[in-house]
Amino acid sequence: MEKDFIIRTKNVDFYYGAFRALSDITMDFEKNKVTALIGPSGCGKSTLLRLLNRMNDLIDGTRVEGEILFEGRNIYAPDVDPVEIRQRIGMVFQKPNPFPKSIYNNITYAPKLAGIRESGEIEALVEESLKQAVLWDEVKDILTKSAMTLSGGQQQRLCIARALAMKPDVILMDEPTSALDPISTAKIEELIDTLKKHYTIIIVTHNMQQAARISEYTGFFYLGKVIEFNVTEKIFTNPDVKQTEDYITGRFG
Amino acid sequence: MNGKTFKSSMRARYLKQKLFFGAVRLSALLITLALFGILAYILANGFRAITWEFLTQPPTDSMTKGGIMPAIVGTLYLTVGAILVALPLGVVSAIFLTEYAKQGALTRIIRIGVNCLAGVPSVVFGLFGLGFFVVFLKFGSSILAGALTLGILILPTIIGAAEEALKAVPQTFREASLALGVSKWNTIFRITLPSALPGILTGAILGVGRAAGETAPIMFTAAAFFTAVLPKSIFDEVMALPYHIYVLATAGTHIEETRPLQYGTVLVLIALVLGIDLIAIVMRSMIRRNKRW
Amino acid sequence: MSAMKIRKNILTLHAKEIAIRNLFGFFAFLSVLLLGLILLFLFREGLPLFKKISLADFLFGTAWYPTYEPPEYGIWPLIVGSLAVTFFASLIAVPLGLLSAVYIAEIAPTRIKEILKSIIELLAGLPSVVLGFFGMVIVGPWLQETFDLPTGLNIMNASVMLAIMAIPTISSLSEDALYAVPREFKEASYALGATKYETIIRVIIPAALSGVSTAVILGMARAIGETMVVLMVAGGAAAIPEGIFDAVRPMTASIAAEMGEAPFRSGHYHALFATGIVLFVITLAFNLIADYISNRFRETGSGTL
Repeated sequence: MEKDFIIRTKNVDFYYGAFRALSDITMDFEKNKVTALIGPSGCGKSTLLRLLNRMNDLIDGTRVEGEILFEGRNIYAPDVDPVEIRQRIGMVFQKPNPFPKSIYNNITYAPKLAGIRESGEIEALVEESLKQAVLWDEVKDILTKSAMTLSGGQQQRLCIARALAMKPDVILMDEPTSALDPISTAKIEELIDTLKKHYTIIIVTHNMQQAARISEYTGFFYLGKVIEFNVTEKIFTNPDVKQTEDYITGRFG
Repeated sequence: MNGKTFKSSMRARYLKQKLFFGAVRLSALLITLALFGILAYILANGFRAITWEFLTQPPTDSMTKGGIMPAIVGTLYLTVGAILVALPLGVVSAIFLTEYAKQGALTRIIRIGVNCLAGVPSVVFGLFGLGFFVVFLKFGSSILAGALTLGILILPTIIGAAEEALKAVPQTFREASLALGVSKWNTIFRITLPSALPGILTGAILGVGRAAGETAPIMFTAAAFFTAVLPKSIFDEVMALPYHIYVLATAGTHIEETRPLQYGTVLVLIALVLGIDLIAIVMRSMIRRNKRW
Repeated sequence: MSAMKIRKNILTLHAKEIAIRNLFGFFAFLSVLLLGLILLFLFREGLPLFKKISLADFLFGTAWYPTYEPPEYGIWPLIVGSLAVTFFASLIAVPLGLLSAVYIAEIAPTRIKEILKSIIELLAGLPSVVLGFFGMVIVGPWLQETFDLPTGLNIMNASVMLAIMAIPTISSLSEDALYAVPREFKEASYALGATKYETIIRVIIPAALSGVSTAVILGMARAIGETMVVLMVAGGAAAIPEGIFDAVRPMTASIAAEMGEAPFRSGHYHALFATGIVLFVITLAFNLIADYISNRFRETGSGTL
């Protein structure tokens, strides 16, 4: 069966000013799979992630070369609005970053602005997203309370629910568990496992066990380049490149 | 260095330090005394003048008796007018500078412009207001001309405060919103601006305090020596507290006779301006303490 | 939600975004335009003077008799008056402002620090007319009696009151600069066995020097542009002073005092606007220098020291 790739990058170079942070990145991300990006700090994995939903647009003096195709369309083409891209490619950040609003309003914020007005639809969306993020039972009675009162792990699941409420096709996760305790981390990993039925997930992680546990594909980055990109099992048991093996066996990084 | 000389040189070094710290503490003390000395003196001499009549009646007998009500009202009008001009303009400028502008020539020019505007002497604002609003735009000496002049005067203050408040909003809020596919405008309007609002208001209040105390900018643009009636439109001249003080203290033949009135007016102005400043200071420290992020 | 619905929203949004950005940019640029407009209207009302007298006679003429017949419009005494009060005010305000900044940034316990910062902010908030009034009714008579002078309204009085106005500017800006000195510098100095005093004098202040200079310049600019204080306590004599107990008439005071009486678009009126131009140019220069210094600092960091 032909594989269905939802995002493809073709020879992507990325610059912060004169500094080349990524060179010649060519990767295909398969639909409804989890792809993990690993590598030492500063290797460019987060930079690539933020390129996929044009979050790097926010940084002055950056430049992209090459193509990033989302469903066949180059998201850096001049006629593409980054806002549209971000509605369809959600993101979860390293540190939980709920808005200083109520739990309910955190979820409804973006869908309302995207044009959903009908209150029944909104309420259904809140419940559905929170259930998907396995947070519903914990917060269903305190929806009007500030999101800031939740624990770190709950906040992060709220951020995932918030992203899910936009019904994106892809969810980018930038080290989503690095600020969390082990129990919260386990919950989020479980969540990722259920989400991949409906969503494509691309996750940056520092934690190699995590990559091995949750992903189908793994890309190893080093100094702004993709050193190796393959099925996760292969990367972790029998990598082709020596550098990959050194990294995952802990010889550097 | 042997132990003995080391010890004596240490003593000399600590002596220097002691002297320096003494000077430093003295300077702080002097500044504190200056403020409280002035405040205490004005309070001691002014409080007797403060009566209900003083606050609610117009001046009488060629301004040697009666109250200062028209001046209070005039200052209120001018100040509210100034903030109506400066707040929207200042907030919009600050949003542009912090949220939209990229580092470049344009931003640089705007920043220099704002800094220089902040440094323009108040009397020059007065001249500008006279030349532009009063004469060129034919507003005459009026609330409108005075409020516009004062508004421009406090614009840099408002821009600065709003910028600081916007910068204090964590970048993660903006990222979270944008990553949900919310437009930049909606992100600013619904996330960034509400988060920065308390800080912006603090700045606005400080601006109000500044506007209320200024004299030179309104001397030729709005302030009347004496009006028996309250203004009916924004094209009327008004009395204002600071100008009233100046007039009572320097002009006319009854300077000594009206001293109590002068002290009373000064006290009202100080209470107004420092009261406003104090509100802003308290508000700001409350914001810092209750910061939710 | 359907992709169609979203896409429709977006097309209109995109144009809206650009429109908003440009609109906001225009309003931000208004500050620059206003600055230009101020200059334009100062010129419009001030330049006609130079049909009557030359720039040199205006700037360096020693006689300011705008209401005489024929009038004389030499503002040299006014310039000297402005410079004199600014200079003496700086002599008081710079050490006090700087030392208090050192106290707040480096020495004071947290509680006192917060209180002192509020005090300085309140001092900055005192309306200038109040300080002028205080100088008139308290400082003036006291000076007159103590030094047996013909008037207590003179350079000395104006300098003290102006210093009170300039101290908050100098103190709070210097404090920001001192506070911004990296901790590593201080720690390195302490670790070498330097005392706190030595660390402040040899490490912290030099590292903050450009910020501190900016503070001093802006404080002086504030003093030279201040109106009500000098109007009320400098004495008002448009003559070149010989001592610090002489009365002077700084430019700002002259404008504020005389504009009310100068007939509309008379020579006197134009001369006052022209004085405004001189004042504007001087303060603009102060501000540009301050901006230049603080900006250079930002680019090169403290590595230049």
